[in-house]
Amino acid sequence: MHNDPHFDFTASLEKALADPQLGENFKNAMTGLRGKRLAIFPDADELAKLRATGKAVKARALSKLPELLVRLEANCVKNGIRVHWAQTGEEANAMILDILRAHGATRLVKGKSMASEETGLNHYLEKHDVEALETDLGEFIIQLDGETPSHIIVPAVHKNKKQVAETFHRHLPGAPYTEDVQELNAMARKTLREKFRTAHAGLSGVNFAVAETGTLVLVENEGNGRMCTHVPPVHIALMGIDKVVENLSDLPPLLRLLTGSATGQLMTTYLNCITSPRREGEKDGPKEVHLVLLDNGRTRLFADPQLSAGLRCIRCGACMNNCPVYVRVGGHAYGSVYPGPIGSVLTPQFEGIDAKGDLAGASSLCGACEEVCPVLIPLAEHLRRIRAEGQGCPDTCHVRGCGSKRTLAETLAWKAWAFLESNPWLRERLLRLAGLLGDRIPAVGPLKAWTSARTTPKLAPKSLRQLVREEGIRHE
Amino acid sequence: MHKTASPGTVSFFGTCLADAAFPGAGMAAIRILEHLGLDVVYPLEQGCCGQPAYNSGFPGEARKVALRQIEAFAGQSGPIVVPSGSCAGMLKLHYPKLFEGHPRYFEVLAFSGRVFEFFDFIGRELGACFEDRGPSVTVAWHSSCHAMRETGSTQAAKAILRGLANVELKEITREYECCGFGGTFSVKRPEVSAAMVRDKVADIAATGASMVLSADCGCLLNITGAAAKMGQSFTGMHLAEFLWGRIHA
Repeated sequence: MHNDPHFDFTASLEKALADPQLGENFKNAMTGLRGKRLAIFPDADELAKLRATGKAVKARALSKLPELLVRLEANCVKNGIRVHWAQTGEEANAMILDILRAHGATRLVKGKSMASEETGLNHYLEKHDVEALETDLGEFIIQLDGETPSHIIVPAVHKNKKQVAETFHRHLPGAPYTEDVQELNAMARKTLREKFRTAHAGLSGVNFAVAETGTLVLVENEGNGRMCTHVPPVHIALMGIDKVVENLSDLPPLLRLLTGSATGQLMTTYLNCITSPRREGEKDGPKEVHLVLLDNGRTRLFADPQLSAGLRCIRCGACMNNCPVYVRVGGHAYGSVYPGPIGSVLTPQFEGIDAKGDLAGASSLCGACEEVCPVLIPLAEHLRRIRAEGQGCPDTCHVRGCGSKRTLAETLAWKAWAFLESNPWLRERLLRLAGLLGDRIPAVGPLKAWTSARTTPKLAPKSLRQLVREEGIRHE
Repeated sequence: MHKTASPGTVSFFGTCLADAAFPGAGMAAIRILEHLGLDVVYPLEQGCCGQPAYNSGFPGEARKVALRQIEAFAGQSGPIVVPSGSCAGMLKLHYPKLFEGHPRYFEVLAFSGRVFEFFDFIGRELGACFEDRGPSVTVAWHSSCHAMRETGSTQAAKAILRGLANVELKEITREYECCGFGGTFSVKRPEVSAAMVRDKVADIAATGASMVLSADCGCLLNITGAAAKMGQSFTGMHLAEFLWGRIHA
């Protein structure tokens, strides 16, 4: 669904920037989330310790990934959860369809799952006559409009109250137009309750899966996730293999980091720990629980000593909330499931540098993303690495589509630059020559784009090197 | 003037942007170091730190240029002072990464260990403070992302600025946010960069300050260029040049 071979990032960014309402919605929402994150972590030293712990826990889990996945499977099976392994998104979708068909299920309710966005599950199920309904309020709204999430935590953040009112009025049968938030909530609740009651199966994502106990952990604020995992007779959990952690005791720091970084909450309204299907004598819960473990390119990342750090990501979205590029253009501009800094690192690896390598250019490398990443992923370094891979840099070439961004003109330009910067005498003379042109430097090529928003930069009449010589500063 | 500086020799890395477009900032920084009793050496073989190529995906070219800088400063052994958080961050923190596994790694490491951002050096290392002889003025401060997040030298610069008796410092609301320069980013993604710098200019203008100060020439080039295009009246200056003007007046 996102694998559009004709994706034009420049056009996409320009379109987003041309929409002032979108920019305003994002700036307000992200400023709010940023403030909440700062407020929940008031002590810098404590936060630093917590992040170091979070990083260590995830790094340890990744270092034993194959072993932990096998342990997770064994403990899940022991608990009565059925485990499936999917190499690709297509395989995961087919497995999920098989499970649904085995139960004659044609109505699926979904709690928020980015992994299912990754596999394009909704679209796939629709084609096979299964209704897949998103029940997270944000996802519910954008599904009505036929859109994808524009943020991994707040999927409908790009819409304001008026836009939601219009969506409900247009798509929900008999819904009047109202901007009253309580009324809008009531409309969604009424529709969703009926869907929960009559669904044949429920699907959820997984925030963390504990190998030690075979526990699937889900955080959520609305209770809709719990409706999906408990009300229908079948629950299918879809999770990327990077979500496994070793022990139950690993959870507290990770949960605190996740909820604090994402929404500035000490903890979420609901914390679901699913360990088995309904046991004999229990009054509620699904009769069957399935866990689908999704690879979809993750083992490729796992094998890379540097980029594997990206698998530490706990999907909090803090890098997006703090990225000055994301804040201005929103998630849809990235044309990928995961937008923002982490998306600009992961997407080119999942979909190839030829298709999505341009995303790595959507950063001034200001470091705001790294500053907030709860598990200390060196995002700027990863962005640089993807850029170098795009140029086919021989000492780092591993990612699919490596070298596909190389152009003769840019390669020559950097070679010329390196030559000039290695010959200061020549550089000085050329600079003096350019200085003689003064303001008459023509605004062509890169300078044209620069001067569309700024006045033409001027070279100084005398360079610092000249002044140093003239003013008798010791030089050698 | 009060100072705790002990006499010594420092090398000065002027940065390519100061060399070409802001020589006044470079000269002022040198004069301040001399004023603090230091002997300043400016190796003429120096050039760009290599960051533009490094950030654009050309580490090979960046290494080539980086080695030239290391050679240019091999004649001295003391501190290397840099009037830019961005270039200082490159020399201090990124060179070691760029040369991981390289035969000259330890030479690079020794070089990086000598590097200081200018205000970090005079503020934190030397504990310098200055007597303000200038007239009353209201200024805004823009911190470069790398001074804030890499060299961590923003606090030292602001402390020196706050120590000037006749200067009123206005805080801008989104100091933490990038101005959109990012070296080649502003050329390669001009649409987003322009949106970022326009917001930054509006933020500065809203303080009512008559000038914006920064310790990075790249940001200044970007911000003052956009401010002029937008018809804003505030001017921009490197903090070193401003400071030299205040104490030298």
